[in-house]
Amino acid sequence: MTALDTTPLVAPGRPRRPSLVALGLERTRYELRSYFRAPDAVFFAFLFPTLIFVIFAAAFSASGTIGAGPDGRGGVTFPAYYLPGLVASGILLSGVQNLAIDIAGERSDGTLQRLGGTPLPVTAYLLGKVGTVVVTAVAQLVLLLAVAHLLFGVALPGTVALWGRFAWIFAASVVMSVALGVGMSGLPRSGRSATAVVVPILLVLQFISGVYFRFAELPGWLQTVAGIFPLKWVAQGMRSVFLPERFAVVEQTGTWDLGTAALVIAAWTLAGLGIALTTFRWVRKDR
Amino acid sequence: MSDRGSGSPAVSVQRLVKRYGERIAVDDVTFEVAHGETVALLGPNGAGKSTTVEILEGYRRRDAGTVRVLGTDPAGGGLDWKARIGVVLQSTGDAGSARAREQLAHFAAFYPAPRDVDEVLDAVGLASAARQPVRALSGGQRRRLDVALGIIGRPELLFLDEPTTGFDPEARHRFWGLIRRLKREGTTILLTTHDLDEAAALSDRAAVIAGGRLVDVGPADRIGSAGARIPLVRWRDARGVHEQRTKDPGRLVASLVATGGEPDALEVVRPSLEEVYLDLLRSHRSREEQPA
Repeated sequence: MTALDTTPLVAPGRPRRPSLVALGLERTRYELRSYFRAPDAVFFAFLFPTLIFVIFAAAFSASGTIGAGPDGRGGVTFPAYYLPGLVASGILLSGVQNLAIDIAGERSDGTLQRLGGTPLPVTAYLLGKVGTVVVTAVAQLVLLLAVAHLLFGVALPGTVALWGRFAWIFAASVVMSVALGVGMSGLPRSGRSATAVVVPILLVLQFISGVYFRFAELPGWLQTVAGIFPLKWVAQGMRSVFLPERFAVVEQTGTWDLGTAALVIAAWTLAGLGIALTTFRWVRKDR
Repeated sequence: MSDRGSGSPAVSVQRLVKRYGERIAVDDVTFEVAHGETVALLGPNGAGKSTTVEILEGYRRRDAGTVRVLGTDPAGGGLDWKARIGVVLQSTGDAGSARAREQLAHFAAFYPAPRDVDEVLDAVGLASAARQPVRALSGGQRRRLDVALGIIGRPELLFLDEPTTGFDPEARHRFWGLIRRLKREGTTILLTTHDLDEAAALSDRAAVIAGGRLVDVGPADRIGSAGARIPLVRWRDARGVHEQRTKDPGRLVASLVATGGEPDALEVVRPSLEEVYLDLLRSHRSREEQPA
């Protein structure tokens, strides 16, 4: 055993603590490495949207097109129709579901308490979560789009304007998902109950927000209920990117209504952020 | 900024009180830890040791009293303050899939002036397990990794909560060697333990807590009542086993030999810290039962 370095640190004061950005990147790197080493998480969370897409696309491959005009033209294939919903749901799964379960687990297994005893700022910890979600959501998206395009011949947006629209919806949804994920992480009372508390919420939202069922075919009252929650708006935004313009007529207002989508996403981001900032603690409050 | 040498203690606890609802967990506890000193907090489960330490670490809020840790109130201890303390918690469940060296290097990145990662791995005897996933480490190896994580930031003050629970005797002795080295190098240590041998082996002073109260504090070989330290002579004769406390055991043994020849099963016992400690707890309990 060698002697521990005990060189005294000279005045004035100690060196400065590492910057927030450096710590956020360090956390991101560390978390990503752990994430991709856990095969169950990679399979169920990371590959989930792509798997569901492949199953849906294969199951309905024999069906005709959706939304064709009276002349039988202008429709899209089933895979093309399901893609936007799964893009939207992938973002919420990467953010809300993974984060809420992950942080609840870290709270109950002592990870957070241990981090709380170090000079790691809470903000750097949260930046690490943002970085992890951004990287996994982008990787998940690239995989889903590649499978849809290369294996099922789904056309990708053809104009810069559509990609621009895609970019802001994607970015805003990722930020919102992180805020909601952190906000919801205090909901489960233990790491063990986290999955049981969080997954059903997201599952119900996916069913009523037009991910698995065609939104236009849901009863009006259910569409209105879904409209309170963000997933419906993210999915609608993604339909506006991936589906032909004239599909807008079957939406609730007959338009893509991206202004409302932006407002709802912003409102949920602020709500999530508010809850996250006021409730997040390294350790639960004293009993 | 170091307040070492300014004369103020590393840890100062004055009349600390903590309640959980109706129950008083810490009741008017006062003690100090000087810079460079190792103090052991002893006491049965539920005595208030962990609560006290968690208040000092900044995890819990106190209800009354004054607490200063490295000159700062831990309730408002900022990140610069946290960079100067090391915390080794009692329970650890976070394993993840990180490897031992990865986790240590990651924690090193949080601190302004961390120790060298490989030196610390070597010091805790984990150099050969550096590339093992944390969850594949044995209980003792994990505990040593916990300590490595606690000292990687080069803390001035180290909190060790039950560090050797579950160690085999050899691992425990190696671990004590590591703690002695940290102490030699000037680290102030507040150690919580059930293990009285550990307290006797490592600490400059021991503080005994029972029922939330500080029962006694002093060097490990001086705590307890004077009576509790009187040697005990035990022997057997035809009428059975006898025990007698005496300050002059040699004279008693000599008189036994003079009157009855060589006694059977003769023992002269100097009370160990354990016996002194148990005696302290017993007298604390009897005081509680019959309030003056």
